[in-house]
Amino acid sequence: MELKVLGQDNSKSASAPAGGCSSGTCGSSEDGMGHLPDHVRQKVHNHPCYSEEAHHFYARMHVAVAPACNIQCHYCNRKYDCANESRPGVVSELLSPDQAAKKVLAVASEIPQMTVLGVAGPGDPLANPERTFSTFRQIADKAPDIKLCLSTNGLALPDHIDEIVALNVDHVTITINCVDPEVGAKIYPWVFWNNKRIKGAKGAKILIERQQQGLEMLIERGILVKVNSVLIPGVNDEHLKEVSKIVKAKGTFLHNVMPLIAEAEHGTFYGVMGQRGPNKQELSDLQDACAGDMNMMRHCRQCRADAVGLLGEDRGQEFTLDKIDVLDIDYAAAMEKRAHVHAGIEAHRDALRAEKAEKTSIDLIAPQGTPPARIAVTTKGGGVINEHFGHAKEFLVYEASPEGVRFIGPRKVENAYCVGPDVCPAGEEKGTVLDAILAALDDCSAVLSAKVGIEPWSRLEDAGITPSGEFAMDEIDEAVKGMYLQLIEQGWSGKDLDVRAVG
Amino acid sequence: MALSIIESCVNCYACEPLCPSQAIAKADPHFLIDAKKCTECDGDFADPQCATICPIEGAILNAAGEAINPPGSLTGIPPFKLAEAMAEIQAR
Ligand code: SF4
Ligand code: SF4
Repeated sequence: MELKVLGQDNSKSASAPAGGCSSGTCGSSEDGMGHLPDHVRQKVHNHPCYSEEAHHFYARMHVAVAPACNIQCHYCNRKYDCANESRPGVVSELLSPDQAAKKVLAVASEIPQMTVLGVAGPGDPLANPERTFSTFRQIADKAPDIKLCLSTNGLALPDHIDEIVALNVDHVTITINCVDPEVGAKIYPWVFWNNKRIKGAKGAKILIERQQQGLEMLIERGILVKVNSVLIPGVNDEHLKEVSKIVKAKGTFLHNVMPLIAEAEHGTFYGVMGQRGPNKQELSDLQDACAGDMNMMRHCRQCRADAVGLLGEDRGQEFTLDKIDVLDIDYAAAMEKRAHVHAGIEAHRDALRAEKAEKTSIDLIAPQGTPPARIAVTTKGGGVINEHFGHAKEFLVYEASPEGVRFIGPRKVENAYCVGPDVCPAGEEKGTVLDAILAALDDCSAVLSAKVGIEPWSRLEDAGITPSGEFAMDEIDEAVKGMYLQLIEQGWSGKDLDVRAVG
Repeated sequence: MALSIIESCVNCYACEPLCPSQAIAKADPHFLIDAKKCTECDGDFADPQCATICPIEGAILNAAGEAINPPGSLTGIPPFKLAEAMAEIQAR
């Protein structure tokens, strides 16, 4: 299979979910976790990163302490952060381990919903082991309730298993794009291995072996492992089904397929050579094929390398180095406060669940055969529709079908429609911002917000996306269901989903 | 006999811990090699370590002032392709 470049036929390189990864490996149970042992299911079920419901209530953060990398990926430009862990073209402020620890402790004291700290870049955390582990050690010491996680390309993973276990790291994400060195040669131009730069399939083979070895070692030691794959049409699309089968058989609890994002302006190999990314339908087909019902995981938004706060919000500006320098934190008190807030959240979630259980019936919510509708919502957290359309930088997309409501994934946009609480853009700029939002939501039939302004309202309608402020403060699932029923009532008849994926 | 790091360095820290001669130091605006300390890794490694891990084409020069990793050698992007893409973007 040759790497497709400029002028390729874009029509049909990904396929319908067929063969490859059928029953068993994809999980046959309702929550997509059928292949997992009980203790892992238990651990994942309530995890703020992996439970669709939990992530509405808890905050996570990443710190940029790991700049170096030991491989090159064709979707990455090393002038920026790791493209797999961040949005392409982003440069985050590099922190020393001491600065990072200070920042984490400040955030964990100011935002008591905080539960997880991740290190994912800008390079590879395990290509910077001293910096990564020194940050973790300080947090484990002063805020032992904070869960630690890291994302790695896997090359150095087998060398650091003991340290990962000793620090009680909660989960590790390995990016595995292939298990075949020939496919790997089209994704990884080189790896740095044993003091040499090794190119092509030979380098990819080493990487693949180390990834698989590291994966097995982690599972053996009882560490949760998630696998990320970047879907590259014409390069690894069919192959990912094989990857999925293998990593799940070894005990990975989640296989998360993400779209390639390749633009010439990012200066990446794929961007410059004209490799296309998958469209939204290709992406969800492959996610369905490889992951079974991934309702649980699709909310993973690959938290930006230095984002702070709940869901799509970013309170990073409150925690710049000069600001945290003057903060005086009582670690023990902060931890107690977190425990208190988390207990409150859990009580609230229990109540919600009980309420839902009462309402849940096995009845279809719409007549059999009604086409599914994708509906976007804007939220600041808490599991309700409480964000204004104009303030949203992230839209959560759900799919309603006669069987019920499931989560599809987050859609990020570069800019919110309004720049400040009261400032909405003027003139041409407004058009471009809105265009980007419309493109991100082009598979959706409706968008539900706390409020939608007049101008975006009519542009949304023109684009075939029904805006609504009617469900403000409603619980998301209920609101999506309500909107679906309204659409059906209005004679809506489905929407073409063959549109481009936006990360 | 020494290598040097020039302004295209993106300060990724990858080279610094690998140097067997402690010749590399973080500096502003970019990492620098102390020419008095650099041994070109002679006697320690077959390949100069800094230039072997550096991801940026052209950032590290040999003693003769030539890029050890010339354009296209690390990313696989042919230089003419990059020039074409740049021209196309600038024309927008
Ligand atoms: S060539 Fe070797 S000795 Fe010289 S700076 Fe690079 S790593 Fe250090
Ligand atoms: S590896 Fe290259 S880019 Fe990174 S710090 Fe060293 S010289 Fe600079």
